[in-house]
Amino acid sequence: MISVEEKLFQNRYKVDEGRPHIRIRNPQVCTEDCEMKACTFACPAACYAMDGAKVVLTTDGCLECGTCRIICSEHQNVDWSYPRGGHGILFKFG
Amino acid sequence: MTEKFDAIVVGAGPAGNAAAYTLASAGLDVLQLERGETPGTKNVQGAILYSDALERIIPDFRNDAPLERHVIEQRMWVLDEDSFIGTSYRSDAFNSESPNRYTILRAPFDKWFSEKVRAAGALVICETTVTELLQENGRVVGVRTDREDGDIYADVVILADGVNSLLAKKAGFHGELDPKNVALAVKEIHFLSEEIIQSRFNIKGNEGVVIEIAGAVTHGMVGTAFLYTNRESITLGIGCLLSDFKKSGVAPYTLLEELKNHPAIIPLIEGGEMKEYAAHLIPEGGYKAVPRLYGEGWMIAGDSAGLVNAVHREGSNLAMTSGRLAAETVISLKGKGLPCTQANLGIYKAALDGSFVMKDLKKYRQLPEILHGNPHFFSVYPQLLNRAAHTMLTVDGEDKHSKEKTVRNSFVEHRSLFGLVGDAFRMWRATR
Repeated sequence: MISVEEKLFQNRYKVDEGRPHIRIRNPQVCTEDCEMKACTFACPAACYAMDGAKVVLTTDGCLECGTCRIICSEHQNVDWSYPRGGHGILFKFG
Repeated sequence: MTEKFDAIVVGAGPAGNAAAYTLASAGLDVLQLERGETPGTKNVQGAILYSDALERIIPDFRNDAPLERHVIEQRMWVLDEDSFIGTSYRSDAFNSESPNRYTILRAPFDKWFSEKVRAAGALVICETTVTELLQENGRVVGVRTDREDGDIYADVVILADGVNSLLAKKAGFHGELDPKNVALAVKEIHFLSEEIIQSRFNIKGNEGVVIEIAGAVTHGMVGTAFLYTNRESITLGIGCLLSDFKKSGVAPYTLLEELKNHPAIIPLIEGGEMKEYAAHLIPEGGYKAVPRLYGEGWMIAGDSAGLVNAVHREGSNLAMTSGRLAAETVISLKGKGLPCTQANLGIYKAALDGSFVMKDLKKYRQLPEILHGNPHFFSVYPQLLNRAAHTMLTVDGEDKHSKEKTVRNSFVEHRSLFGLVGDAFRMWRATR
């Protein structure tokens, strides 16, 4: 079994430093209202992780699929847009 | 840059490229916008190319398109924990001059398609994300991009911006995707030598094999896995409905690792070098989930319109066909000197309804609901089928009558007689 980090290591990215394209709207909703925290296991790039009771988002490895936005259907707490033109994942094979 | 274009196409995937190519070939003034560094760098698919849809756009595509292998054999496997039962269809007739299906890699393929679009005369601008549609008096008149002074105007905008379809959502043309109407697929590409692929899959030259897989590897979730042979690589992936991922709590990369470690898959990918990991959503809501397809000054095509036939694993051909039909709609209106109003763009919907795109979606319109209500199709039956085969094929001194009885009882025990009849009826209704 290889880890998701090892998988992502094979990919090419042009990270838009300091300008994440996804944002958690209200972190309090994740901590207090959301029991399931589906983003922390459903994101295929493991961008969402638990830090104590908090959900922390790091978008660097994002595959731009849209899972986190759609799976957060009850709370709609994910503010999701595409990276600026030319940035983000650069698939070599697709 | 001209003041105003005849048409703006958002996105350079199969739908967008088909639309831009068709429009430019007819001599229209077309601008195509793509957020990737080059066309293809944001695009993910299995990937199978269906020749027919592309032939109708670029008849001689085989001359220079980057094709991997033409498919001569399709295997269908139903997996249990350490076994599979399957069927396959292989025919030398697929070795014709103009094969019906090819495996492709989307990054090089989309780049090739985009070169054709440019050669046809369209202006293609990459590294540009469209952030919203410009509207005046309820009519789409252009797009806003993330470039400085990035507003651009056109008589019509064709939305081919992919499954997330953010632009149509922002404009209020349709709502957010429902987790039960969208599948998340993850995949890897493993490189191996041509010779190894040929010998492992019993093929020669550029012949290819595809394997579609269901059963234990999805943990009972509604979903399937796949393995495609490329020229010097193997693509392997698995996808399930987002609503099921949410319920199961299983991570998609864990499913992929389990698939790779299934005894039926291990020997096929052994020794390969993994060079990319990708994820993508697939709109699988079918006919009932298709949103409004056109309005004042806009049309929507491909994945962004939810045009995917999940049963037959077809999407890119529906995308190319819808992109082409959207373009032909504009060409026809321009020819008659008519504006791209909602009333006039209705011929796009009529053309889609008359094509295989909507006919096939309509045929399977009941299927999504039936699968949601009957998860045992993906859990109980794969197990029962595998165990039945195991019972019948194990020679151990027990007589065949008794073995048949064991198999029959295992089905009745798990599903009851009524359940079995009901399942047969539901599958008939879902696919008739």
